[in-house]
Amino acid sequence: MNSNDKKDLERPQNACGRPGPERGEVAWLEHKIVLQMNHIMKIYSNGVVANEDVSIELNKGEIHALLGENGAGKSTLMKVLFGIESPDEGQILLNGQETVIRSPQDAISKGIGMVHQHFMLVPSLTVAENIILGVEPKKGGLFIDMDKAVQEAEKIAGKYNFDIDVRAKVEEIPVGIKQKVEILKALYRGADILILDEPTAVLTPQETDELFVQLEKLRDNGHTLIFISHKLDEIKRICDRATIMRSGRSMGTYEVEDISTEEMSRLMVGREVILTFDKKPAEPSAVYMKVRNLSVRNGQGVLKVDDLSFDLRGGEILGIAGVEGNGQSELIDSLTGLNKSYRGNIWMKDTDIEKCSIKDIRELKVAHIPEDRMTSGCAGNLNILENLFSNQYTDPAYSGKMLLKTKKIQERSAELIKEYLVKCKSFRQNVGMLSGGNIQKVIVAREFSTGPDIIIANQPTRGVDVGAAEFIRKRLLQFRDAGCAVLLVSADLNEVFSLSDRLAVMYKGKFSGMFTDVAAVTEEELGQYMLGLKHQEEQEGVIYE
Amino acid sequence: MLQSLLSPDFFNAILRATTPILFAALASSVASKSGITNMALEGIMLFSALFGVIFSAMTGNFAMGLLLTMVAGGVIGLLLAFFVLNLKTDEILAAIAINLMATGGTVLLMLAVSGDRGSSTSISSVSAPKVVIPLIDKIPFLGQILSGQNLMTYLALLAVLVMHVFLYKMPLGLKIRAVGENKNAAESVGISARKIQYIALILSGVLASMGGYFLSGGYMNMFTKDMSAGKGYIALAASAMGGDTPVGAFLVSLLFGAAQALANMMQLTEIPHELIQMVPYLTTLVGLGIYSYAGLKKRQKLAGK
Repeated sequence: MNSNDKKDLERPQNACGRPGPERGEVAWLEHKIVLQMNHIMKIYSNGVVANEDVSIELNKGEIHALLGENGAGKSTLMKVLFGIESPDEGQILLNGQETVIRSPQDAISKGIGMVHQHFMLVPSLTVAENIILGVEPKKGGLFIDMDKAVQEAEKIAGKYNFDIDVRAKVEEIPVGIKQKVEILKALYRGADILILDEPTAVLTPQETDELFVQLEKLRDNGHTLIFISHKLDEIKRICDRATIMRSGRSMGTYEVEDISTEEMSRLMVGREVILTFDKKPAEPSAVYMKVRNLSVRNGQGVLKVDDLSFDLRGGEILGIAGVEGNGQSELIDSLTGLNKSYRGNIWMKDTDIEKCSIKDIRELKVAHIPEDRMTSGCAGNLNILENLFSNQYTDPAYSGKMLLKTKKIQERSAELIKEYLVKCKSFRQNVGMLSGGNIQKVIVAREFSTGPDIIIANQPTRGVDVGAAEFIRKRLLQFRDAGCAVLLVSADLNEVFSLSDRLAVMYKGKFSGMFTDVAAVTEEELGQYMLGLKHQEEQEGVIYE
Repeated sequence: MLQSLLSPDFFNAILRATTPILFAALASSVASKSGITNMALEGIMLFSALFGVIFSAMTGNFAMGLLLTMVAGGVIGLLLAFFVLNLKTDEILAAIAINLMATGGTVLLMLAVSGDRGSSTSISSVSAPKVVIPLIDKIPFLGQILSGQNLMTYLALLAVLVMHVFLYKMPLGLKIRAVGENKNAAESVGISARKIQYIALILSGVLASMGGYFLSGGYMNMFTKDMSAGKGYIALAASAMGGDTPVGAFLVSLLFGAAQALANMMQLTEIPHELIQMVPYLTTLVGLGIYSYAGLKKRQKLAGK
């Protein structure tokens, strides 16, 4: 080992100040490369280039960040590594030897484990059963040795200081623990390389701290961790190196210490972070949407929206920021009529929507851009025209007594496609064949073409290319200027900052903060509200007007 | 009437009527646990009832007859699995096809074998024996219920225990439950969901065939046209209401068996027998209604309403 090597000198006194082990004691100091992915190319069948000549190198015993915006190709690269997708070009070297990873099982047997963002657990089974699933210890050759399973699960949990009751059923444990079960599952199967797909997205700050301690412990035990994230502060906190991806390409690998967060975000988004729009001051008019004491429980009976009250006026955009899973989806589902079992009252332009069907609500001129465009936003197997008219086929302008007015619909479709810059061959193309951005444009065109008074937009630009995102944002502003009330839920802080006239932060089903002067709020401040570190003075029955 | 309801004969009849439903309910539970609704139970039972007669007559031995019937039941389960898992047919449509094939196919087959299209009286089949359990048969009242049942009834009760141990104590059972509940999770740890579902459906076919065998080789001593009479569907309901667990399926099957026994007994009264024949199905309908209502209430409670 070359002691003059800069990396070797720097590593023990890393940013987060953890004590560096004695030099030479631990293998990771030798910078042994455990994995190389070289020139990976992956083009999906719909023509999306997800990875273009991406290379990444992992050292033994490091936490390596994979950083990028949604749709930058992080997930695809990891799917290739975990054997879910096969690359069109490129090679994978594991411990210096070229390998082909055919399936997740193959990856597991080669010592690669993955903690999926959506947990791969069986809820009705116990923690121990989930851990041993597929590799059960046996007694008498026929039966599961449950005692041994529990012992082994406890042993491995103890080794890494995971405080878990392995006999508890997975459906009864909190999200943070579920994630630990996922990590244990991978470790039980002998994973040396562990892929963590946005592990902190669902965690509270305390759980995140705890997770980080455990991840560091894993690293110090010689495991290699790939940490997928787009949260720069977290990467600064625990990662050693970071590979930054942008629109399918690698923007290089950096020592986390040597690169500032500003530089990281510049590489990640490829432009100065602050978005600005020519925005006229808002001219709020009458209250269009009134929510009082709204409480919603999810299917598991967990309180997701907690006694929320607010008003939304015409001519303003109310942005809702927050870590995902703090009740945003449940709020939107209740507002749009998708969920009927809520407590409290919702008025859309003086109509209480409790007894209204989704169609009734839409007839109150409420438009909804759903969070998940593939499941609730469009019908992928129908064509563009059919999707564009799925919310107005009963309109007398387009429908006679018995038959649809095909010609009028076709003309209007062609207009909308042109107006909303949908890239397609014709309106007869199936929506499912379009790229994400174009699908979103079809949905936006459909929702906006009815001339709404209230727009409820949930993650309207998620996974959409920059051009389409700008287009959608500008449209939202245009509607607001025309007097429309807009409720915008977005995980993209840029977006809520630049569009909102008022900005609410949602944390555990409540608004932890409400800002009327959006320009005066800093990103750091917002982050603290999002993580529940800060709360605005809580008053009983507060109504955000 | 009341007197006959309290007689050991009636309880004896309940167990007898429960047996075919129980086998099929167990068959349904193992399939459901693996994530597939086996609606072909009805057809498998009907086929097996005829096969039981033919195979036992051919071999002159009830055990061989039963064994061959079980193999045939497994093959039908395999066929269903092939359609559903390989050819991606809708599981309900594939099951309907098998059930319709059983309705017509059994009559055709019986005509070919015995020359009769109503029942198989001309075939000299061998039924499963009745078993008298020493000592227990001496207990007053209880002995008359528990002892002297058909061998298949005891096998059905044993099957409850075996299926419980299989599903909850054995690796394969764990895998079946995991696949049925979260296929992605199971596959992410290297379990082949397709293989597991194949196994579950074959096993389901075997269990259902035992119920079918009992119909013509225990409950009655011959095959008659459409003799499964919806027991496969009743069993589906029994399994669902029992939470797809073997023990739960057993308890609900007992209820449905009692309804059947009651209907049989009421045929001796003056109530029109068309009305009486409705009893088992009506019980199923009411049972499912109560079960669904309870489920709805539970969900509403969770949702906080």
